[in-house]
Amino acid sequence: MAWDRNQMAQRAAAELEDGWYVNLGIGIPTLVANYVGDKDITLQSENGMLGMGPFPIDGEEDPDLINAGKQTITELRRTAYFDSATSFGMIRGGKIACAILGAMEVDEKGDLANWMIPGKLVKGMGGAMDLVAGVGRVIVVMDHTNKHGDSKLLRECTLPLTGKAVVDRIITNLGVLDVVDGGLKIVECADGVTEGELRAATEATIV
Amino acid sequence: MQKIYPNAAAALDGLLSDGMFIAAGGFGLCGIPELLLGAIKDAGTKDLTFASNNAGVDDFGIGILLQTRQVKKMISSYVGENAEFMRQYLSGELELEFNPQGTLAERMRAGGCGIPGFYTKTGVGTVIADGKEHKDFVGPDGKSQTYIMEEGIYADLAIVKAWKADETGNLIFRKTARNFNPPAAMCGKVCVVEVEEIVPVGTFDPDHIHLPGIYVHRIIQGDHEKRIEQRTVREKS
Repeated sequence: MAWDRNQMAQRAAAELEDGWYVNLGIGIPTLVANYVGDKDITLQSENGMLGMGPFPIDGEEDPDLINAGKQTITELRRTAYFDSATSFGMIRGGKIACAILGAMEVDEKGDLANWMIPGKLVKGMGGAMDLVAGVGRVIVVMDHTNKHGDSKLLRECTLPLTGKAVVDRIITNLGVLDVVDGGLKIVECADGVTEGELRAATEATIV
Repeated sequence: MQKIYPNAAAALDGLLSDGMFIAAGGFGLCGIPELLLGAIKDAGTKDLTFASNNAGVDDFGIGILLQTRQVKKMISSYVGENAEFMRQYLSGELELEFNPQGTLAERMRAGGCGIPGFYTKTGVGTVIADGKEHKDFVGPDGKSQTYIMEEGIYADLAIVKAWKADETGNLIFRKTARNFNPPAAMCGKVCVVEVEEIVPVGTFDPDHIHLPGIYVHRIIQGDHEKRIEQRTVREKS
């Protein structure tokens, strides 16, 4: 047993505090928006919007209104729009409390790799490097192992980095870990996962 | 001074030359200067360098200039939506300089504001920092941190899409179509803007203008396709 995608998103949503401005990445992080409940959370889309609403209903799409994944979205009563320089000003300036994003690799020093695999097609880092360098807290949500069953929580990242010593917390299908001095610290295990199983699936040093 | 031109070709007349550096607004296909890109294609200007967050798709946006091999180099943060781009890049026909998205936006803004360089923590410890000046500063949290220097962009030409302009070039953008358009406009020696509607001076509330006309040299009005890249909808609940 372990958490599925929605349970990982639900666990990540529990990290968010009332009043926070938050940036959600593509994939499982996008699902976090479904689980914020009664908390007053304002979502930022780094192409230039605070107060991102849900996808539009069919027929109400607006080509002038998209998210950072280029999907059509809607606005809310609180929405504010701004240009890209202002948008990354608030990211770099630490005004965004938290970013939740996916990753290919995270290591025990909090280094993050999620934009490039050498020898494969490189599409670009988009806003990921700015986000991990700038926001208050970086939470990675990803599967604990890759498709070959190898740990994605490493002693040292092997892929080109998105940011150095930037990750605060990692939420995987097997549990929750924090980046601390000397390695990763287990915060909790997923439902039905033992600490032994979590340790066995993790290459990084667990302290 | 008359800033209004009858069409995109007329607005670009005398401004285009082979090998020039163009800053373009837009994010994905949202808020791109589609009419001006079409006119650059028709003009056949070659060896262009573009600072633009993305490279369009194969048959829209900057993609149409890739098909005609008019682009020599792209400065972008994400180019994943364009097969022809990837083909030319992998075969060595096209140069590519990746900039983190916020660094690219700030490079444009800085260039337009007379700031030749700035320090940022974005990209420190990554390949982006290779060869760049590193310097430690005490940050807002009181701790010393390493930053890298990035340079402002000065473009020969900025091409921009806005929602509305008045006759003096004051601009209003619409929703997330604003994106890179203001910083791109600011960093161009000359800035040409295409809008959906040109209105008489005095129509806008001066407090509601997003970009003042001082940055805008030529304006055209036209019909825009405004293609949607990823139509995503939800069930009506």
